[in-house]
Amino acid sequence: MRIVVDLSRCEGYAQCAFLAPDAFRMHGEEALMYDPNPDDSRREQVLRAAAACPVQAILVDQLEGRDVPVEASTS
Amino acid sequence: MTSADTLRAFKRDGRIVVVGASLAGLRAAEALRDEGFTGSLTMIGDESGEPYDRPPLSKQVLTGWVPADGTTLPRRRDVNAEWLLGVPASGLDLATNQVRLADGREVPFDRVLISTGVRARPWFVESEAALDGVFVVRTREHAEGLQRALAAGPSRVLVIGAGFTGSEIASICRERDIPVTVAELAPAPLVGALGAMIGEIAADMQRAHGVDLRCGVKVTRLEGDAQGHFRRAHFDDGSTVDADVAVVALGGIRNTEWLRGSGLAAGVWGIACDTGCRALDLNGLITDDVFVAGDVARCPNPVYEYRLISLEHWANAVEQAEVAAHNMVSGQADRWPHLSIPLFWSIQFGVNIKSVGVPTFADEVVVTQGSVSDHRFVAAYGYRGRVTAAVSFNNAKWLDHYRQLIETAAPFPPPCPTPDQPVDMKPVPVDFPGPVLLAQGATVVVTGHDPGERRVTAVQQHR
Ligand SMILES: Cc1cc2nc3c(=O)[nH]c(=O)nc-3n(C[C@H](O)[C@H](O)[C@H](O)COP(=O)(O)OP(=O)(O)OC[C@H]3O[C@@H](n4cnc5c(N)ncnc54)[C@H](O)[C@@H]3O)c2cc1C
Ligand code: SF4
Repeated sequence: MRIVVDLSRCEGYAQCAFLAPDAFRMHGEEALMYDPNPDDSRREQVLRAAAACPVQAILVDQLEGRDVPVEASTS
Repeated sequence: MTSADTLRAFKRDGRIVVVGASLAGLRAAEALRDEGFTGSLTMIGDESGEPYDRPPLSKQVLTGWVPADGTTLPRRRDVNAEWLLGVPASGLDLATNQVRLADGREVPFDRVLISTGVRARPWFVESEAALDGVFVVRTREHAEGLQRALAAGPSRVLVIGAGFTGSEIASICRERDIPVTVAELAPAPLVGALGAMIGEIAADMQRAHGVDLRCGVKVTRLEGDAQGHFRRAHFDDGSTVDADVAVVALGGIRNTEWLRGSGLAAGVWGIACDTGCRALDLNGLITDDVFVAGDVARCPNPVYEYRLISLEHWANAVEQAEVAAHNMVSGQADRWPHLSIPLFWSIQFGVNIKSVGVPTFADEVVVTQGSVSDHRFVAAYGYRGRVTAAVSFNNAKWLDHYRQLIETAAPFPPPCPTPDQPVDMKPVPVDFPGPVLLAQGATVVVTGHDPGERRVTAVQQHR
C-alpha cells in the first residue's frame, strides 16, 4: 500500500511508531522515518496509525482496496 | 454569455494541461477534480511511471530500508487524466495555447499549469561527471544507483556540497559505517540556508559523527582510473581525497529552458507569478491562463516585503498546487492568495531539523529556548526588529508558536516561551555568505518610450 507523511506537520509524537512499528520508526528523539510502500499485510495497522496521528499527517492511498484500472501509461 | 456562464462551461468541458507530473502536478490534478472540474485533463511528464515522492530518496532509500521504486505517491482520489509520460515538453505557444512536446506532438489547452520543478546541478566538467561512481540525487534512478554503490561497501564517499541533501547523505554514510568526506566552499554546512551560527552547530554535529568535514575548500577535479571509475578528488588548496564514490550535491537548476521564447517571465530563478500562482509575462503583466506551482515557481510573499521567493520545499509544492488548482477553475472574486509561511524539514545525524519562515530574510539570529549542546533548541531569526523565521533542532512542536510570531510581526528577539531558557540569549548577526534574495545578473532589456509601446525582451543568460 502507498502512504506519504507530511513531515512539515508531523510533530514526532510517535503514536504511529507504536501502532505500526514495521512501517513507522523513530530516528533519534523525534524524527520520523517511514516506509512509503508498506506491505499490504500491514494494512490494518497502518490505517490505525493514520487514524491515531494527532495532526493527521499520514495520507493513505484512497484508490487502493477497490478495483481501479492502472492509470499511468507511457505513450 | 456572462463570465459566470463561461466559467461554468470551462469547468464542465474545458481543457487543462499540467506540465511536470510530480508532487505539485499530481496534487493540482487531484484538487482540480475535487473542485468539480470535469473537462479534459492531460498530465505531461518527462519521467516515466507514476509520480513519486523525493524526500525519502536521500533518507529511507539510501539507508537500504526502502527500495528506490517504493516511493510512489498515494492518490487522494481518481484524477481521470490522460498521461503523456516519458517525453518532455519543449515549448509553450501562448498565441495558439499549445504545449509542444519534444517528439513533435502539440497539445492544446485552455489553461495550463507549469510544475516542472528543479533538476540536480551536475558536476561542471562533463567527462568527470560521467565517471563511474559519480552521482547526483534528484530522481528515483539516481537514488537507486547511489544506494547500490553504498551497499557495495566503498572505501570512502566524497560528498561535494554540505546543503541539506549533501548533509543527509553524509549522515547516512556514517549510519552505514562508511567513511565519508564532506567538502563545502562555505565556512560550515547549511550556512547558505540557515546562516553562520546554525552552520557551526551543524559542523560540530558532523564531526561528532565522524565525518571528515572540510570547509572553505573547492573541489577542482575528479580523477578516474583507466577503467573510468572515480578514484580521487583534487582540492584548490592542493590536497586530495581518495574515494570510490562522489556525490555532487550542489543544489538545483530550475527547469525553465523549455519556456524560452514563450514570453513568460521565466529564467534561472524560476517562473515569476502572483500569490494566486498566475504566471507573469516578461513585461510583468499577469497572464490569465498560465499557472505555476512547486519548486519552479517564484512567488511574492507579502510577509517578506512582497519579494519574489522560490522555495524547494515539499509543503510549498503541495500548498501552491492547491491554490493554483482552485484559481484555475474560479472567477476573479473567488480566487485565493497563497499566503502560507514556508515550512521545511530535514533529518540528519538523528536530529529532526525544521524551519518556519524564510531564514535568509534576516539580519540577526538568537537561540530562544533549549540547549545547543544537547542539539535540542529553537533559534529565532529577525529582520529589523521583527521575527521572520525560526529553526528547531529536535523541538518541532514549538514551531507553530513561532509561525504565529512571524504572522503577527512580533518583535525580535522574542521571549523564551518555556522554562528551558538558554544561558545566553544575545542576538548575533545572521551572516550569510552572499546576497541570497538578490537575482543573479540582468536577464531582460527594456525598449520603447511611449507607455503603449514600452516592452521588455529577454536576453540570454550568461553564467
Ligand atoms: C533528495 C531530495 C530530498 C528532499 N528532501 C526534502 C525534505 O526533507 N524536506 C522538504 O521540504 N523538501 C525536500 N525535498 C524537496 C521536495 O522533494 C520538492 O520540493 C518537491 O519534489 C517539489 O515538487 P515539484 O512537483 O514542484 O517538482 P519536482 O518534484 O521537481 O517535479 C518536476 C517534474 O517535472 C518534470 N519535468 C521537468 N521538465 C519537464 C519538461 N520540460 N516536460 C515535462 N516534464 C518536465 C521533472 O522530470 C519532474 O518529474 C527533497 C528533494 C530531493 C530531490
Ligand atoms: S503519529 Fe503523526 S505526528 Fe506522531 S510521529 Fe507519527 S506522523 Fe508524526
